[in-house]
Amino acid sequence: MSQLAEYVISALLVLGGAFTLIGAIGLARLPDFFTRLHGPTKATTLGVGAIMLSSVIYFSSTGQGLGISEILITVFLLMTAPVSANMLAKAAMHIGVKSMENTQGNPWDQ
Amino acid sequence: MLDRLSFPQPWLSLILFTIWQFLSEGVSGASVVMGLILAWLIPQITQGFWPERPAFMKAWRMPVYLIVVLWDIVIASFSVAKLILSPRKPNPFFVCYPLQLDHPLAISILASTISLTPGTVSADISDDNKTLLIHALDADDDQQVIDAIHKRYEKPLMEMFQ
Repeated sequence: MSQLAEYVISALLVLGGAFTLIGAIGLARLPDFFTRLHGPTKATTLGVGAIMLSSVIYFSSTGQGLGISEILITVFLLMTAPVSANMLAKAAMHIGVKSMENTQGNPWDQ
Repeated sequence: MLDRLSFPQPWLSLILFTIWQFLSEGVSGASVVMGLILAWLIPQITQGFWPERPAFMKAWRMPVYLIVVLWDIVIASFSVAKLILSPRKPNPFFVCYPLQLDHPLAISILASTISLTPGTVSADISDDNKTLLIHALDADDDQQVIDAIHKRYEKPLMEMFQ
C-alpha cells in the first residue's frame, strides 16, 4: 500500500469519525425532536460515507479487489436514512410532539 | 396471489439479482440460485406497494442529478455540523411546499433528496399529494426555502418525469 493511500485513508477515517461524533452531539444538544432529526440524517450519513470510502480505498490498494459491497452499503444507507427520518417525523406529528417555542409555521393537523 | 414464475417488475428483478451477485463473495452456483429466488420473491411480495410506472422517464439525466445531490449532502453536513457546534439556537421552520410534480415516484425521490440536503427534512405529504410538509432546521423565511428547493431539485425532476 502506497504512502499516499495511507494518508488518504487516515484522513477519511478521522473525517468520518468526526462527523459521526458531531451527529451524536447534535442528537444530545439540539432543543427539540424535529431539530434532532437533522443531526443523524445528515452529519452521520456523511460520516459513514467517509468511513466506507476509506474502506473501499484500503481494499483496492491492497489488491483485494474493488469493494463493491461497501459502495452498495453506502447507497443503501443514502436510500434508507431519509425514509426513516420521514417515518419518525410523521409519527411525532401524529402523537403531537411539541416543537420548540421559536419554531415558525405550523405542522398541519391530520 | 403469487403467480408462479412470473416477474411483474423485470427491472427490479434484474437489479436485485445483480446486487446479490455483488454482495455474495464471487459468482457461484449457490449465489445464482439464491439470486434467482430473491429476484422472484421480493417483487412478488412487494407488488402491492409499487405505484404505477412512469409514462416516460429520461434516465440519462439521473447521473447529473445524483452528482448535484451528493455534492449538496457534503455541503449540508458541514453546515449542520457548524450549527450543532455553535452556541447559537437554531431558528426552525415548518414549510408547506406546493408540489408541482405529480408522479408518486418523482415525489418520493424529491422527498428523499430534501431529507438529505441542507437543513431540511421532509416530514409529511398531504392526502391529495399536492403539498409537502418540510421541517427546516435554520431558515429566515419559508419562501426562500421553497425557491431553493424548486430551483435546485424539483425543476430537474420535472424535466426527468415528463
